[in-house]
Amino acid sequence: MEYIIIIISAIFVNNILLAQFFGVCPFIGVSSKVETSIGMAGAVTFVMVIATMVTYLLQKYVLDAYGIAFMQTITFILVIAALVQLVEIILKKVSPALYQALGIFLPLITTNCAVLGVAILAVQKDYNLLGSVVFAISNAIGFGLALVIFAGLREHLDMVNIPKGMKGVPIAFIVAGLLALAFMGFAGIV
Amino acid sequence: MSQWKNFSKGFFKENAVFVLFLGLCPTLGVTTSAINGLGMGLATTFVLVMSNLVISIVKSQIPDKVRIPSFIVIIASFVTMVELVMQAYVPALFDQLGLFIPLIVVNCIVLGRAEAFASKNTVISSIIDGFGMGLGFAMALTILGGVREILGSGSIFGFKFIQGDGMLVFVLAPGAFIALGYLIVLVNKINKKTA
Repeated sequence: MEYIIIIISAIFVNNILLAQFFGVCPFIGVSSKVETSIGMAGAVTFVMVIATMVTYLLQKYVLDAYGIAFMQTITFILVIAALVQLVEIILKKVSPALYQALGIFLPLITTNCAVLGVAILAVQKDYNLLGSVVFAISNAIGFGLALVIFAGLREHLDMVNIPKGMKGVPIAFIVAGLLALAFMGFAGIV
Repeated sequence: MSQWKNFSKGFFKENAVFVLFLGLCPTLGVTTSAINGLGMGLATTFVLVMSNLVISIVKSQIPDKVRIPSFIVIIASFVTMVELVMQAYVPALFDQLGLFIPLIVVNCIVLGRAEAFASKNTVISSIIDGFGMGLGFAMALTILGGVREILGSGSIFGFKFIQGDGMLVFVLAPGAFIALGYLIVLVNKINKKTA
């Protein structure tokens, strides 16, 4: 039951993108086509889950154990940067097809605050290892869901007639606001 | 480029938020009030100036291949400093900004300026660039925070001038997106006129 609450709350109620604003840069940057946004969502899911797992173990057995919790930011970001590199190298060798699909998005993920944000949140919320992984997976799904829905909306936006000054990014923000308003309807489920 | 131009470009012509669309996560996340926006903006300015300073000094010592990780370590050190100082001296603001303080590390503006400017220019112009970009960012956050605070709770910098609640939606998440969208339109218009 506890895990179901984590899942629903992370995907719908506290959607990482639309309610907490983590990862807005790729949200605005790569969401102009549904296809690329699915690739991005896949790459983020991959890195987010592994990163949360690794940083959880590091926090528990290194940072807390030696009382150097103030090194959290610097350790986590280095772990994520190294992990992204590692994932890139492994994917290239093991599954060239998947690398082709996700390749260009991987370097971008180091500076995606959603990954670092979820890693720190999982520690702050004091989940156990399984809870952290579930938390990371559901946040990744929430991120992907918002990204893909938004990309679909933006594809349609290209075809409608809107005031000249609002074309491109400004109208995208306003549509994102309306989408966030829709997601607020989920508040109170859990 | 004259140093004045170097400084002032961060405010309108190359404003990080309104024109380049960088650093959007803290922009949207913390601007529920003008004072939060200003606090976040100044914290980012400090990190930006210090990391630009250090990177422009050590740039010739860093091998090209490990450039990005080295920049990240330098930035992360200053972010940790800001985190500890804010926790000690302005705990209320620190609690309000929450997770977004450590997330300055992954703010694209900081790494972007390190890569695009500080790693190629002299120490003095890198510091000026850091100040200009950082204060431009702080200005954008304060304006957005101010607009949301006025519309959402009828006050500015905590000073209440309208009785009652205001339009609550502007303090909540959707209002952030909508207010920023309209502000971008406005800045585009101003930039076009002065160009």
